[in-house]
Amino acid sequence: MAHHVLDMPIDAGHARALRIGDTVTLRKTLFGIRDATLIHMFDRDRRTRLDLVGHAVIHTAPNVHRVEPSEAAPVGYAPFCIGTTTSMRMERFTDALMDREGVRLIVGKGGMGPETLKAFAERGGAYLAIVGGAAALETTWIETIVDVDMDDLHPESLWQFAIRDFGPLLVGMDSHGGSLFADVQRDVASRRDAVIASLGAAR
Amino acid sequence: MDLDLNELEVVCRDLYVRALKILPPDIKAGFSDLQARETSATGRAILGTMVENVAVAERTQNILCQDTGIPIYNLVIGRNVAFDGAGLKAAIRRGCERATKEHSLRSSVVHPITRQNEQTSCGIRVPIIHVDFDARDETVSVEMIPKGSGSENGSFLQMLLPSDGINAVKRFVIDRVIELGGRVCPPTIVGVGIGGTSDLCMHLAKIAATRPLRSACADEDGARIEAELSRAVNELGIGPQGLGGRSTSFAVHVEIAATHITQNPVAVNIQCHSARRARATLTPGGISFD
Ligand code: SF4
Repeated sequence: MAHHVLDMPIDAGHARALRIGDTVTLRKTLFGIRDATLIHMFDRDRRTRLDLVGHAVIHTAPNVHRVEPSEAAPVGYAPFCIGTTTSMRMERFTDALMDREGVRLIVGKGGMGPETLKAFAERGGAYLAIVGGAAALETTWIETIVDVDMDDLHPESLWQFAIRDFGPLLVGMDSHGGSLFADVQRDVASRRDAVIASLGAAR
Repeated sequence: MDLDLNELEVVCRDLYVRALKILPPDIKAGFSDLQARETSATGRAILGTMVENVAVAERTQNILCQDTGIPIYNLVIGRNVAFDGAGLKAAIRRGCERATKEHSLRSSVVHPITRQNEQTSCGIRVPIIHVDFDARDETVSVEMIPKGSGSENGSFLQMLLPSDGINAVKRFVIDRVIELGGRVCPPTIVGVGIGGTSDLCMHLAKIAATRPLRSACADEDGARIEAELSRAVNELGIGPQGLGGRSTSFAVHVEIAATHITQNPVAVNIQCHSARRARATLTPGGISFD
């Protein structure tokens, strides 16, 4: 169980070095995306001017303050509370996100499914689990909102954050077919009948 | 007592912000209970991060979770209170809007078809307002619940058959909790509605999910079933965030209603670990926040 400190962006080799159970701290850059961002990018073929190649995206829609543009707020937004949303809703976009935009890592909560695992194996990527709902803490890892695109979808815009030691995050899914979420699901499924029986509710 | 609607508006604004920032004491105590029992190292680490987050939110005056939720206001109005009903609803809505604008909260509410976000946390029939009455003299209590979406998406209704019995109700609850896994931000409160009509059953599940910890169902049989299910869900091994461990749920809560001879409805509604709610009481003596 290694700890990796990654200066983003990274290449496929770095992504493939991550194994489930490892921990990761991200540095420099992180992008924020969410349902509407992905629907517009892939179902409506909208293109972004931001370069996501080799980067990590986090499933988020932040609370921000509108401020006068300055060095600390280049596009006039200051972070207020930035957290993470349930990843599974965005399962069908992982492959396209990696293929068309070159994304390597997904930061989210709750895990993702077989399509994502397949995309990671084929293209070299990983899922980094963050603690959902711990947004006040997460916000302290964000330095600035560097850029924003597709802001007509606000708050589901495409966000670019500058980050300081963002993590530790847990590698929940890797490019070798490993998924902590699937492991737990299998374990839970194997306990189900005994739990039901303990309730006297088998029939 | 004449209910001052300007005052109510301000209370509704402040309650939204308080709910987002301050985790209720019963949930904090619930975290301590889970930490004492958790055996998985990952589970313990995740619970530790959640507790740290509560402290960071208090220290930095930040909101606990980025999801500002769907705003719900539950009012209980006592005897000898005079108010204009339409004005009351408008005041609640204005309070909700003001919280959003004045505190630059993320508006998480959209039109269901166009997906248009008015950036006010309000929309058609939202905020959700429930009004009930009780026998307290000259007292109005307002509870605000920002219901987070990750856990709200963990909602299910099944019109079981009478011949399926209560055992099918229990299996339904266990199987839905398994199906949801880590998606609903465990540890959770699993709200279960049993009986009523389809809509009442779902509403009961929401009441159960948002009831304080260590409270019990008023019905003896309901209380027994919630105790049984509370034990059972934590033997599944889902754990905090679905990454394994004992702490799947703080508790399972059950609320019941009489139902039709042909029906056996069950509903599940989940509350996540960011189990936020805030309450204020208005009396002729002034306003107090819980
Ligand atoms: S499910 Fe709850 S804790 Fe998790 S992100 Fe949503 S509101 Fe926050």
